[in-house]
Amino acid sequence: MQKTAFGALLAATTALSPLAATAQTEIQFWHAFTGRLGELVAEQVATFNESQSEYSVNATHKGNYSETLNAGIAAFRAGEQPHILMVFEVGTATMMGAEGAIKPVYEVMEEANADFDPDAYIGSVKGYYTTTDGQMLSLPFNSSTPVLWVNRDALEGAGIDPDTDLSTWQNVDGVLDQLAEAGNDCPMTTAWQSWIHLENLSAYHDVPFATKENGFAGLDTELAFNGPVQVQHIAQMGEWAKEGKFIYAGRRNEGGANFRAGECALFTESSAGYAGIKAEANFDFDVRPLPYWDGVDGAPQNTIIGGASLWVMEGHEPAEYEAAAAFLNFLSSPEIQAKWHQDTGYLPITKAAGELTREQGFYQENPGTDVAVKQMTAKAPTANSKGLRLGSFDQIRGIIDEELEAVWSGDKDAQAALDSAVERGNQLLRRFERASN
Amino acid sequence: MEKRVTFKGWLLPLCLIAPQVFISAVFFFYPAGQAVWQSLFIPDPFGLSSQFVGLENFEYLLGDPYYRASFVTTAIFSTLVTLAAMIPALFLAVMADRLVKSARVYRTLLIWPYAVAPAVAGVLWLFMFNTRVGVIAWYLGQLGYDWNHVLNEGEAMGLVVVASAWGRISYNFLFFFAALQAVPRSIIEAAAIDGARFWRRFFTIVLPLLSPITFFLLVVNIVYAFFETFGVIHTITSGGPQQATTILVYKVFSDGFVGQDLGSSAAQSVILLLLVGLLTVLQFKYIEKRVHY
Repeated sequence: MQKTAFGALLAATTALSPLAATAQTEIQFWHAFTGRLGELVAEQVATFNESQSEYSVNATHKGNYSETLNAGIAAFRAGEQPHILMVFEVGTATMMGAEGAIKPVYEVMEEANADFDPDAYIGSVKGYYTTTDGQMLSLPFNSSTPVLWVNRDALEGAGIDPDTDLSTWQNVDGVLDQLAEAGNDCPMTTAWQSWIHLENLSAYHDVPFATKENGFAGLDTELAFNGPVQVQHIAQMGEWAKEGKFIYAGRRNEGGANFRAGECALFTESSAGYAGIKAEANFDFDVRPLPYWDGVDGAPQNTIIGGASLWVMEGHEPAEYEAAAAFLNFLSSPEIQAKWHQDTGYLPITKAAGELTREQGFYQENPGTDVAVKQMTAKAPTANSKGLRLGSFDQIRGIIDEELEAVWSGDKDAQAALDSAVERGNQLLRRFERASN
Repeated sequence: MEKRVTFKGWLLPLCLIAPQVFISAVFFFYPAGQAVWQSLFIPDPFGLSSQFVGLENFEYLLGDPYYRASFVTTAIFSTLVTLAAMIPALFLAVMADRLVKSARVYRTLLIWPYAVAPAVAGVLWLFMFNTRVGVIAWYLGQLGYDWNHVLNEGEAMGLVVVASAWGRISYNFLFFFAALQAVPRSIIEAAAIDGARFWRRFFTIVLPLLSPITFFLLVVNIVYAFFETFGVIHTITSGGPQQATTILVYKVFSDGFVGQDLGSSAAQSVILLLLVGLLTVLQFKYIEKRVHY
């Protein structure tokens, strides 16, 4: 059934392409997925290759996100770049700045006369990869957003109603007190501290993370996450860390192991943590929206995404770009997207995929899997909540990690740490600005 | 009377040194030259454009207090790694040298860790000291010590030092062991007859005779600590907590290959090259004087 649907879709796109190639056009696709995700990508590619005879996609795994981006950059310098490169959201500004190395997706689609509608994507996903004048530069692929994971057994063990309201940080504070009093060793932990507790915190409370619409409106952006909302939040977390209510496990998602083993009661982590938690947790868990600070104007706004998008690289033949257009169009079809969403816990990034998933009854069978979707789509994104576009952002995150560690260990107060992170990060932004001019 | 064999003409000597010159040119002079050249630019990652900035990359780096702090971190790290890699190696070599039975087995076992790549060694040590599932961290917990290298700077430094030094102990052991075999037995026996005990013989006779190899290992180990340890740092701490384990070479790696800031990364490698060159010159000038060949 599904196969014929893809076939019909492809027939529609290929019928529009003006030239009937005699031989198969082969294109290269470099991605960063291993394990189960790698298998799922391979499956998507195989489905595409079998669904038509004109084009053939050759997918290659190139290491983790950073390594894949590096491989793409090195290959471009050597004139051996792939047609499609997967780049994580942090590398977005780097790719956007690389005029001459990339071919914007809207252009690829236009030239191939593909029936492609960027508005099919949900706003906060589309916005991340779209210019301020609405042109989509890369194709969103896997996107997730942070949520609050709750160990219901741990709450119950501490005499707390597991259905207690955790929608605000004020309520979380009360619950953390109760957990600590009950002798819980790890009331709360987190993954990706900068992404969740600064980047998303800012978007969710509609305050800027950086000036110039978080970098969307220009390279002369400056970091601004040392405002009162962020300082108050980080100060509170520092306080929790000091009292043993927040346990810091590491810069990446190390805290996930603690949560999945049942040691921690609350865990702020990506919605894509779903597959792992579902597979490993021997306790009753549930997913809640990321908490917000009650009393901050505009909160809760919407959260922003993490994940990767697909970039088309410059320097290939027109026929190959047609193949790329056909493949990208195939990837954005509702069936493919809905399956991806249900298999991985990543967001359904098109509206149609979300509706299809709902129709298929997935959310009823797996309660909580739609929390992330609702949290991202509840409100139309503002200038502060459509995403971030900052150069050298991987390094800036490193600086933020260092400064936050100083807060968790009690070496610095929140204001001093965030001021210092802003100042150090701004130097990198200025260098990036110069390199890109 | 010294007998000298002399060759006429230039051709033969040139042919003989040509392979070495060629290898140095391709694998050292060319890349080093490129690094120096690149350090004068701020390029974009894709190499599409680059701006000539003169010495500004150096100015930017040396004006950054965090970069300057990294020199101190590197000094502490290198000193500790060198000591932690050489002293146990010497001790083990002395012990293995005294063995009569099964010396070969011990030797083989002691050499094994050298075969483990630094990044893999990093992962092994990380597992043992993992704050949650690490065996050693667990035992420390039983003893009432709360091991947390994720936030404790001293513990993080200790862990990367041990992980970096571990494989090197084998390497140093090999050299010390070979050198010990070359110490003339007759001198030691003479000293023993004079009534010198083992440790006295060791400090007054053996150690001075080991000085050339000790000096060689000192230079080699410092170079190792400066250049080859980023795999360990990358897998264990990524330079954290805060900047406690951000040594110079790790910063070169992360700025260049994670941050795509090739100008700054090149400038840092030039600084590192000069620093290690200077250190080696100093070592030869001052320490080598105390070496007896």
